[in-house]
Amino acid sequence: MIPLDIAITGSINLIGYALATLGPALGVAWIFASVINGTARQPEARGAMMGTAFIGFAVVEALAIFALALFFVVL
Amino acid sequence: MWPGVLPDWITGFTVQAILVAIFCIGIWLWFANKQTVVPSKKQFLGELGYNLIRNTIARDVLAENFRPYLPYLLALASFVIVNNLCGEFFLFMFPTTAKIGYVYGLALLSWILYNSVGIRKYGFFGYLKHSTMPAGVPGPLYILIIPLEFLSNIIVRPVTLALRLFGNMFAGHLVVLVVVLGGTLLIENGMKSNLGLVAAGVGSFLFSFAIFALELLVACIQAYIFTILTAQYVSSSLAEEH
Repeated sequence: MIPLDIAITGSINLIGYALATLGPALGVAWIFASVINGTARQPEARGAMMGTAFIGFAVVEALAIFALALFFVVL
Repeated sequence: MWPGVLPDWITGFTVQAILVAIFCIGIWLWFANKQTVVPSKKQFLGELGYNLIRNTIARDVLAENFRPYLPYLLALASFVIVNNLCGEFFLFMFPTTAKIGYVYGLALLSWILYNSVGIRKYGFFGYLKHSTMPAGVPGPLYILIIPLEFLSNIIVRPVTLALRLFGNMFAGHLVVLVVVLGGTLLIENGMKSNLGLVAAGVGSFLFSFAIFALELLVACIQAYIFTILTAQYVSSSLAEEH
């Protein structure tokens, strides 16, 4: 098709990383969906909810970040 | 830069980080210069940025005793955001935070801050107990809880703080590169024979504008998250209960 003089090389780790991001993606989405819900129900509690949400967000996203680190480290 | 003239560790990125730091110091000095009760336009702009950090990050997260940490948070936020935005603007076109050494340095500063704040308040062993032994856990479970909490609070926190910023900036820059270089490649190869490839290349270039807009958003959000998580960690090592 395309007359390009390139070859695709890479690591199959990328597929593992792609799979590993699915869980944290759902988790982060769920956390912030809950914050939006909570803010809609009780706007004055927003500050307290955001604090907890960011702690939870950091913990959940840590999994995706571990996968990123392992994606680079494990060859 | 210039091998032989300067030491090896002064790379283009070091110069960029130093210039950004000078820029941040300069712009805050400029904002703080000649303040009046009725703010001028310049002072109003500066107070807008300052109030954003002070009200939505420092005061919301750290509650009443936020004042000692405000200068660090403000400096951190402005340094990170300018470094991130370097990736989208002319002159540099590369975010300093997409080089992992710089984010390790920033995360190390935050790590030292939240640990030393906790140690100053509770003493060394008091702080270890405070951060690894949450109250209200049944006795035998501490065998499981203490290593996990130590790992999560002392070791994993700075690593994730650094890698989150690095990953976002690095990946975003890579996406821009892929779209733009792919567009160039498609157009160059399509010129000779295949006009469909040229159309795809032009589409790719147009798409790169959307990616750039997304990157502007991501740069701001990541600076915000880095700062708010630092504030959150400081607040959790100061917290009374738990």
